[in-house]
Amino acid sequence: MQFFIEVLVGGLLSGVMYALVALGFVLIYKASGVFNFAQGAMVFFAALTFVGFQEVLPGWLGLEADSSVVFWLAFLLAFIAMIVLGIATERIVLRPLVNQPHITLFMATIGLTYVVEGLAQMTWGANVRGLDLGIVDEPIAWLMDNYEIGVSKFDLFAAGVAASLVALLALLFQYTKVGRALRAVADDHQAALSIGIPLQTIWRVVWAVAGFVALVAGMIWGARNGVQFALTFTALKALPVLILGGFTSVPGAIVGGLIIGASEKLAEVYVGPFVGGGIEGWFPYMLALAFLLVRPEGLFGEKHIDRV
Amino acid sequence: MARQIGDVIVDLQNISLRFGGVKALTDISFNVKEHEIRSIIGPNGAGKSSMLNVINGVYHPQEGQIFFKGALRKKMEPHEAAEQGIARTFQNIALFKGMTVLDNIMTGRNLKMKCNFLQHALYWGAAQKEEIAHRIKVEEVIEFLEIQDIRKTPVGRLPYGLQKRVELARALAAEPHILLLDEPMAGMNVEEKQDMCRFILDVNDHYGTTIVLIEHDMGVVMDISDRVVVLDYGKKIGDGVPEEVKNNPEVIKAYLGTSH
Amino acid sequence: MLYREAGQFKATYAEDSQIFPIRQDKIGFWVLMLVFGVAVPLLSNEYWLKAILIPVLIFSLAAIGLNILTGYAGQLSLGSAAFMAVGAFAAYNFILRIEGMPFLVALVLAGLTAALVGIMFGLPSLRIKGFYLAVATLAAQFFIVWALVKFPWFSNNSSSGVVTAQDVTILGYTFVTPESKYVLTFLIVALMALLAKNMVRSSTGRAWMAVRDMDVAAQVIGFRLMRTKLLAFAVSSFYCGVAGALYAYTYIGTVEPEGFNLDLSFKILFMIIIGGVGSIMGSFLGAAFIVLLPIFLDNVVPVIFGDSLGAGFVSNFQLIVFGGLIIFFLIVEPHGLARLWQIAKEKLRLWPFPH
Ligand SMILES: Nc1ncnc2c1ncn2[C@@H]1O[C@H](COP(=O)(O)OP(=O)(O)OP(=O)(O)O)[C@@H](O)[C@H]1O
Ligand SMILES: [Mg+2]
Repeated sequence: MQFFIEVLVGGLLSGVMYALVALGFVLIYKASGVFNFAQGAMVFFAALTFVGFQEVLPGWLGLEADSSVVFWLAFLLAFIAMIVLGIATERIVLRPLVNQPHITLFMATIGLTYVVEGLAQMTWGANVRGLDLGIVDEPIAWLMDNYEIGVSKFDLFAAGVAASLVALLALLFQYTKVGRALRAVADDHQAALSIGIPLQTIWRVVWAVAGFVALVAGMIWGARNGVQFALTFTALKALPVLILGGFTSVPGAIVGGLIIGASEKLAEVYVGPFVGGGIEGWFPYMLALAFLLVRPEGLFGEKHIDRV
Repeated sequence: MARQIGDVIVDLQNISLRFGGVKALTDISFNVKEHEIRSIIGPNGAGKSSMLNVINGVYHPQEGQIFFKGALRKKMEPHEAAEQGIARTFQNIALFKGMTVLDNIMTGRNLKMKCNFLQHALYWGAAQKEEIAHRIKVEEVIEFLEIQDIRKTPVGRLPYGLQKRVELARALAAEPHILLLDEPMAGMNVEEKQDMCRFILDVNDHYGTTIVLIEHDMGVVMDISDRVVVLDYGKKIGDGVPEEVKNNPEVIKAYLGTSH
Repeated sequence: MLYREAGQFKATYAEDSQIFPIRQDKIGFWVLMLVFGVAVPLLSNEYWLKAILIPVLIFSLAAIGLNILTGYAGQLSLGSAAFMAVGAFAAYNFILRIEGMPFLVALVLAGLTAALVGIMFGLPSLRIKGFYLAVATLAAQFFIVWALVKFPWFSNNSSSGVVTAQDVTILGYTFVTPESKYVLTFLIVALMALLAKNMVRSSTGRAWMAVRDMDVAAQVIGFRLMRTKLLAFAVSSFYCGVAGALYAYTYIGTVEPEGFNLDLSFKILFMIIIGGVGSIMGSFLGAAFIVLLPIFLDNVVPVIFGDSLGAGFVSNFQLIVFGGLIIFFLIVEPHGLARLWQIAKEKLRLWPFPH
């Protein structure tokens, strides 16, 4: 039983991290109807840029490598890089393709994925790097001592960060002018335009925010598994999360993330040994697929009948 | 009139259709007789298109029954309706945008084509023979609707009026018993409307095709319909020959109450 | 004679519905066939045959497969490489396990196996569309590669699933030289391309395109969605499967499941985007482009940027160029090279008297 709970909690916590990546997709999808396949590449780009700056900044500024100035400056610079990337994407990719079929935009973001991955590695090199957030990956002593359940401090921390980020975004959506405009755009592009909401500005803001989310996700994932190309595959797992949760629902992304995280870990531990292991790589997709067959509209989506 | 109006061929009884909370149709009954031109009119959002969608299986009503040629029809899918000889056009043109006019009309004949994909892959022989035989039929339709000079044009490049005509051609290519037309003259100028009226009457007259027509132009409706049913907010408020409907006080009220 | 259709009247519908209604096109086509079928194997060197021509043909076949599914039937797939893997490993096992299995029969069986798997993964398409489906096809991509690695039976117990293709023998003749392998590949690909062209220009193809353009209208006309979509999945996977088998048997010889990864699936997708979505000829143009581009970059980048940058730079530069081209084509010419070719021909038709 303890073991089951351990696996479950571990899965749920990593699910929070999937949710974090999924959140980036949802933001962009809501605001611009673009299914941004490059979100995973953006996570990789952000993490790599962050560690890249962490490496070069001490030399440039004559500081200790582990000083907090370096950390926050690298964070800030990586964030700025994400904003620039977002604005460039809006300008170069999205604007010329506005009003094209969704699927065209989707394929364009696959192209974008390649560009972003190439840029990231060309700038910072392709070798695997560690990323230290100063939190050790060890069981929480109190839980271990009292209940013999091992829950990683790091996972808990990551989940905490993700949860606060989600809360922050929800507040932003609800209470700021930009947030309200964004919701209006998500509801109805045409109407939003007609009451004078500048669509392009909104898009830029959204891509910047998605970039920020990617940065946070990238740092957490990077700290866990090292900053490396495989990060883009981890980020791809956000796709089945979205299928479960629906593309437009923030709570959906979170619940979907938890389900995927937990079920993938449980499946790996309890089913994996019978089939040779390594099923984490495809299990989320298969789960999403099976789910689609039963409920094509997602957990929170509404059933939709094409109007003719 | 030369043609003889026959028996009831589509009979809808107590049809109700909802989308979530929206009641698109409430307890509607009416029938269509063979060879007649039956019109459905009503203000925007009255449920006219939904009615056609129920008849050919695109929407499935929550309540009510549909009899087709006297037999109760269970939940029917659109392709089954097509197999029964029901063809239609759509309010918002539903042509296949990536294909030429000719190919679009050829799709109308698909149910009559029997070759399978392996024969198509080999092409020479049965598939080619069949293709040509059906091409001849399609050319007849093209000639009838006077669209010879645009056969090889991708439909996306055609003006609106012509697209509507191509859509009619596609439906006619199926040689349907029943033709459902959803606002075939919307957005047309007077001349185009006259052409379209002529085509509809010709089809009805020559081939005896039963026609169910949705149209907003009262002049046209009263002119060419045998019987008219009037919907308002998903309810039936009138049914009968044009004269009757015109003088129905409830119909007059519905129409004065809106911007028509 | 100049490139004209003037004076060529089509008297019958049969003539009107030919693949090449214009005489010059027909001549051009046969010239191409002779060049690539006869002259090339006689004149080309080994490097060109092995590193360029054979892969171009094989990827063209895979691209035709994806084009049938995505370009014609409108169902986006990100798993083409996995179906190639199915084909490659199916062929291997049929030849390995069935005594005296003729190569061509094994090839067809490999295609059929891929088709079967394709139908299975196509089932969700009956309920979901667009990028939802794309995500579902990722399931095929990851699952199939995993299964081929994890179950040693597929690779006859070799470690990490690496298999070496057996000799290709047809009627006692063993295909060893690059020339003979090229000719074999060429004949198979040319035949299958013709069959694909025939399908897409007849009722089967119209059904696919109808479903792609407007599925509700397609149903109302009488097409059955399920049958039409699953047929597209089956035929498409068949093509990818045969391409995968050829990939193993006439191209690289030794394959492993990981070689048929997501990256390869994307490459095939890029081929049809650049070559032309919904065009058989575009599949060839796109495949040639995507195979040649890295070779071109490998040779050109060091010249422009200097040698000091290392292999990492070139491969990242390639990523950027690939991605950039995809975006460029989607924005500027969504119908790809095939459309550009069409436009060029139309210009030629008017030349030298443009109106
Ligand atoms: N697929 C659908 N999903 C949700 N609601 C629908 C759908 N189709 C129709 N409705 C609703 O049903 C009602 C009737 O619509 P319908 O299209 O049948 O009206 P109509 O009489 O054809 O109107 P119009 O003259 O504008 O074409 C409307 O309130 C419409 O919003
Ligand atoms: Mg309507």
